[in-house]
Amino acid sequence: MKELLIGKLNWDALPHELFTIAGTLTIVLMGLVIAVVLTRTKRWKWLWNDWLTSVDPKKIGIMYFIAGGVMLVRGGLDALMIWLQQAMSSGDSHGYLSSDHFQQIFTAHGNIMVFFVAMAFVFGLINYIVPLQIGARDLASPLLNTLGFWLFVGGIIMVNMFFVFGGEYAATGWLAVAPLSGKEFSPGVGVDYWIWSLMISGIGTTFGAINFIMTILKMRAPGMTMMKMPLFTWGSLCSMVMAVSVFPLLTATLFLVYFDRVLGTHFFTTLGGGDPMLYTNLIWMWGHPEVYVLILPAFGVFSEVVSTFSRKAIASYKSAVFGMMGVSAFALSVWLHHFFTMGAGADVNGFFGVMTMVIAIPTSALVFNWIATMYKGRIRFDTPMLWFLGFIAIFAIGGITGVMLAVPPVDFQLHNSLFLVAHFHSTVIGGVLFGVFCALSYWFPKFTGFRLNERLGKYAFWCWIVGFCLSFGPMYVLGFMGASRRLDHYDSSTGWQPLFILMLIGGIVIAIGVALQLAQILASFIQKKKLRDTTGGDIWDGRSLEWSTPSPAPFYNFTVIPHVSTRDAYFEMKQHSIPKIVYEDIHMPKNTAVGIYISIFATLASFAFVWDIVWLIVASIIGIIVTFVIRAFDEHTDYILPADEVQKLEEAQAKKTSADDRASAHMANDTDDDMGLWELITIVVSFFLDIIRNKRWRKW
Amino acid sequence: MERSKNRLNPGWIGLIVAAGLASLVLLVAYLVQGKNIALFNPKGEIAQEQHSLMMFTVTVLFAVAIPTLSVAFFVAWKYRDTNTKTVRTTNARVTGGSHSKYLVLLFWLIPTSGIILIASTMWPATHRLAPQNSITSDSKPLQIQVISLRWKWLFIYPEQGIATVNFVQIPVNTPVQFEMTADETPMSSFWIPNLGGQLYTMTSHVNRLNLIADTAGDYPGSTPEINGAGFTGMKFTARADTQTNFDQWVQQVKESPNSLEIGTYEKLVEPSENNPVAFYSGFNSNIFDNVIMKYTGTSEGHMDH
Repeated sequence: MKELLIGKLNWDALPHELFTIAGTLTIVLMGLVIAVVLTRTKRWKWLWNDWLTSVDPKKIGIMYFIAGGVMLVRGGLDALMIWLQQAMSSGDSHGYLSSDHFQQIFTAHGNIMVFFVAMAFVFGLINYIVPLQIGARDLASPLLNTLGFWLFVGGIIMVNMFFVFGGEYAATGWLAVAPLSGKEFSPGVGVDYWIWSLMISGIGTTFGAINFIMTILKMRAPGMTMMKMPLFTWGSLCSMVMAVSVFPLLTATLFLVYFDRVLGTHFFTTLGGGDPMLYTNLIWMWGHPEVYVLILPAFGVFSEVVSTFSRKAIASYKSAVFGMMGVSAFALSVWLHHFFTMGAGADVNGFFGVMTMVIAIPTSALVFNWIATMYKGRIRFDTPMLWFLGFIAIFAIGGITGVMLAVPPVDFQLHNSLFLVAHFHSTVIGGVLFGVFCALSYWFPKFTGFRLNERLGKYAFWCWIVGFCLSFGPMYVLGFMGASRRLDHYDSSTGWQPLFILMLIGGIVIAIGVALQLAQILASFIQKKKLRDTTGGDIWDGRSLEWSTPSPAPFYNFTVIPHVSTRDAYFEMKQHSIPKIVYEDIHMPKNTAVGIYISIFATLASFAFVWDIVWLIVASIIGIIVTFVIRAFDEHTDYILPADEVQKLEEAQAKKTSADDRASAHMANDTDDDMGLWELITIVVSFFLDIIRNKRWRKW
Repeated sequence: MERSKNRLNPGWIGLIVAAGLASLVLLVAYLVQGKNIALFNPKGEIAQEQHSLMMFTVTVLFAVAIPTLSVAFFVAWKYRDTNTKTVRTTNARVTGGSHSKYLVLLFWLIPTSGIILIASTMWPATHRLAPQNSITSDSKPLQIQVISLRWKWLFIYPEQGIATVNFVQIPVNTPVQFEMTADETPMSSFWIPNLGGQLYTMTSHVNRLNLIADTAGDYPGSTPEINGAGFTGMKFTARADTQTNFDQWVQQVKESPNSLEIGTYEKLVEPSENNPVAFYSGFNSNIFDNVIMKYTGTSEGHMDH
């Protein structure tokens, strides 16, 4: 009876270890604080109507960013815990973590950073920027987009659920290699959480990718042919095409692992005719293109930023487009380089080695393109440009070590070592994260109407650079010394400890960098009047259409859909005269909570799959189907915003803007008055002192 | 154009970065002084060749990357906004861009030529250094069967009639062929970095790894592929020594009171962490074949794939 009701769940599943109890308490406490603040300020309705149920890609983009930021802190804490253990655990000392905990933490670190940080930021950017760049008012399917986002949130919930129920996450490495992830070697629920977290967020990604391909292909402004699209849109298109090609593969592979674990099939076990080598192939056929899904939008960002800040068009647009297409085409045929050491013959290894090296060609062509773009330009070194230069330096190291790893005999020595770990952190931090930070400082004025604090941004940038060198420089050397990845203990005779301590110090410097970035955002909000963009939305003298809208753009993006005749459409428009506004009726989608409902059911189903609660699985799937059917019969999913309404909105906005402009006499470009760290600390401290001294909580 | 006096100029920033990097390199060099940097300390032909190949690759890549990076930073510095003494393009627009087709061709040709150079070296090297290839030598190769267990390494010497756990001794200048499989263990990897690269061990498969040592010494071995809770402690020592010492050692092991019979083996298969070194004076000759049979039903599994 009990089993029927709650499956495998029992009292033992509730948290009873220090770190799960701490995790649960943190989650509950944060939830309570947020709930109290929302109730006190009467914001529940606002939150639900304006944000959670919104189908506006700009709002969904910002929600992706917030989720990604929170997860960055969570995954970063994991990284610090890993490094602390490694710095301590040498010789007789065994550190503060058991090997099982340690392995769970690095699995979680890998999953969170790839799926819930990098993917979140990339999708956030694409959501916000792509529709604005192609002159579209919304997406091809607004519902699919919210559904994708909320499934992604469901994935986040599942990856953290072990804090509350079960107390363990997968201790298998971030890709849960078979047969280690099978029931025989991992009997607990950790791997099940891994499966279902990736399952629902992966399905969400597939939905999102389909939607953006449709949007980019079908909803561009009149006149914008494919070869006139901005390069960030091109990068996003290549990335999304790759995501659609490989994410279904991930979903299928996860189902096979689940079948092996629960139904007793033998896809990935050698007993019974399966083969773990099949799993290794399948997971990397998805896993390798996945990193290019992340990096291509970043390449797009850098192309935009270099061109804008050099005040020149990209040196060769065609070369950049073919470069990105080349990267995505070759990315699908290199997966075997993740396991040259599995025993394939020299022909197979050699072929995949060559294919891997070939990817370096379009990538280098892009780098040369950016250099040629800077040549004879007029380069401004605002923070976006700093992130670009940091990217060039670190990504070059990632590229060099990548080609080294692509030579099979060399890979036999470097594979699975810390050298490999340092390599992919060079590409993912140097490429994807720096790309995202670059994009954030570049487009932040578009998101909010004021730019980010430059001073704190520069401090943060240098912390990242210094921290990166301190942690990943020694990591390469440790790889040369034969240190493999995922070690929770090593002999003191190896002499590795000082290097691991250096890595920990580097990690702390990076953590300070992240703290400074949060401080930067806070300081910018405090100083937002001073940092206001008074140029009407075009703070950097931008080149693509997103800069033609006010900042932040109205929910319908464009009052008039622009007509495009050249590349760098907005820059060209500025050379002539910008067409007069003729108000028109605007057709917009209505907000909907269907995405949230389906995602809640999907998360419940995932939870039930983990714990074998059959009735809940059935009920949730019925819930999904019923929600879908009800939505399918809803004929009132959109509305018309009449032209005179648009006019009223625009005029009210214009009045407010000009008043604000008068209020802030500053030029946003002048960075000398940007708040420093000390000033920020003083303001924050006096804010809290004021609350305590004057007992302000009484009023709440 | 100078907007602010208290800002560092780019030359200084470059100097500080260079000085910082140099001191990091010196610090790391000091910290690893006298330690075994395995990949730069090859003790056999295979490791030596893999090392040379790595150095060749790095050299070619640096030859392309260092000038590229230097040009990138130089261009960024020269065309900075605040530089008043530079000729710039007047045409910031898309149409009529000032870049020739030849320049774009160069974008693609520079990396292509570098990659052709590396790939044309890599292809024959991959075939020459395929782990399955036996090493040509005057001495008769030594066969060692390896079974990865949870979480220890079992070595069987079929010709010598002995077996060991977490310790393997080999004579120098004699090619060694490791025939590797696994039993009741997730995929693992067999790696002795001083002697050469790694290869996976898997149930139902036999992977062959050929290595050779040219200097006597104790070299650390491990599994860099994660295979469960005891993964970190799954270490072994590979000792290379002269043929005479090797023969002596074999005799010593033969005097060990323990023998690896089916019963002993079945106990050994049980999971254990940080397993101590063990020696067996003899072994049941069916063990290796039985392990293969257990998973495939045939006695040899797939040869190479």
